[in-house]
Amino acid sequence: MTVGSRLAQVFLALILVFLYLPIVVMTVMAFNRSPLYELPIVWDTIWFTSLVGNDRLLTASGNSLMIAIANTVIATILGTMAALAFARFKFRGRTLLRLLLLPAITIPWLIIGTAMLVLFFWTGIGRGLHAILLGHVALSLPYVIVVVGARLTSFGIVLEEASASLGANPWQTFWRVSFPVMAPGIIAAGLFAFAVSFDQFVISYFLAPPGVSTLPVEIYTAIRKGFTPEVNAISAIIILVSMGMMLLVARLYRFGGER
Amino acid sequence: MSTRRRARLAIASLTGPAYLWLMLTIFVPLGAMLLFSFLTVAPMGGREAEFTLKHYGAYLDKGFYVDLTWSSLRLGIDVTLWCVMLGYPAALALARHVPGRWREAIFLLIVLPFWSNTLVRVFSWTIVLRNGGFLDQLVHFVAPDAPALDILYSYPATVIGLVHSFVPYLILTCYLSLQAIDESLIEAARSLGASSLTTFRRVILPLSLPGLLAGMILIFVPVIGSFMEPRILGGTSGMMLGTVIEDQFTTVFNWPLGAALSYILLAIVLLVMIAAYPLLKRQLAGLEGGVA
Repeated sequence: MTVGSRLAQVFLALILVFLYLPIVVMTVMAFNRSPLYELPIVWDTIWFTSLVGNDRLLTASGNSLMIAIANTVIATILGTMAALAFARFKFRGRTLLRLLLLPAITIPWLIIGTAMLVLFFWTGIGRGLHAILLGHVALSLPYVIVVVGARLTSFGIVLEEASASLGANPWQTFWRVSFPVMAPGIIAAGLFAFAVSFDQFVISYFLAPPGVSTLPVEIYTAIRKGFTPEVNAISAIIILVSMGMMLLVARLYRFGGER
Repeated sequence: MSTRRRARLAIASLTGPAYLWLMLTIFVPLGAMLLFSFLTVAPMGGREAEFTLKHYGAYLDKGFYVDLTWSSLRLGIDVTLWCVMLGYPAALALARHVPGRWREAIFLLIVLPFWSNTLVRVFSWTIVLRNGGFLDQLVHFVAPDAPALDILYSYPATVIGLVHSFVPYLILTCYLSLQAIDESLIEAARSLGASSLTTFRRVILPLSLPGLLAGMILIFVPVIGSFMEPRILGGTSGMMLGTVIEDQFTTVFNWPLGAALSYILLAIVLLVMIAAYPLLKRQLAGLEGGVA
């Protein structure tokens, strides 16, 4: 092991400390009785119990979960269909259609969110959970198409041809050959879509009418008001759950993605 | 002929739903907002709107908005540079100085936080940076006589929060292109007598440039459109183009002005992408040419 390598590893370790320090501090502080984060820490779960009585945060959490689940189902189905078309057909306009996925990923959410607000308000679609869902699916679709597409291009076409030449009809080929091959990609894409939606703040913020909110919108409002120990507790829960979920995705990808 | 028609039908029915959805939620709204940016008032609630250029004119007339644009651009540049300074060496260390079995685990640890809630991570910095918070206590533990840190609600706090949010992107893109470098190219450089520095400058850096540039764009573009981070961490010093756009839609209710400012921001984003495109394309083409 050279000195250079040692230094490089120390640097990498420092970066990891930088990435995890605030998350760890926040999680620990969620268990501190003092709402002003005073040290030394007096261990207490008071903020988690008071969370149970906080209707606003609970309703917002319920909304977030509902939207994330609906978003996952819709985006995964529509995205997988489009990915299938891209992987299995060569057609005019294919490149254009793929380019059209870029704006949803690259334009800052602030611009997309305010644009949706303008159109939805103007045309009478209005604001609300339905509008938020419309927006979340739009943001999730490109990810689903890319993730499922990556799985499809590296697999499948030979198997499908074999299945067809052995006399299977397209329907049988899809359910007996293509779908099992795609499944790990679809599951990973679904979890991505869930994470995109559950994490999404900007779009929801602009599309939430007064009195209706998702968890991130509620957290933002609470932070701007200033007093936040319960937000701290729910943040600790969110961060642990979402990281756990992504670990799951990583495992699925590894186990499903072997060549 | 009939198979071709069936294929066309299949393509249309497979792609149709997804693209109709994108049309309704991305492209039509962008069009509507462009229209709004040229109207005197929002044409709602029975108000008569007329065509005007005054919102774009206001942007040019009032130095205020141009200054804001500069502070947004400066924030974008500062955050991107910090991400490069921290992220590129980290990616290099990971790709070249970490043994294989550790590499995957550390890679996962680096990308993991950016799938957790962004807002929550920004919020967590308020706990670390506040006076009497973790960092303040740490500094006073080391140097008891030091003055209060006073870093929360300042420009540096905004930069720290954004770098924390975005540095994983840069590590990710750089690591992927560093890892794809053919080891034999590096050995060839060494055996031809190149020093480590020369090998880095002439082989590793050029080959990883596409990843570096991609990462920089992935960071710069969202940062110049950020409003939540400057609001929460920047306090009064956090006024950016993004926060002013937010205000137009949520508190001031001057939607046409907000729409015009959004389009100015969008124009800047497009310029950045157009400027970066040939660089990225040439790098990619060069890479493929080199392999062939």
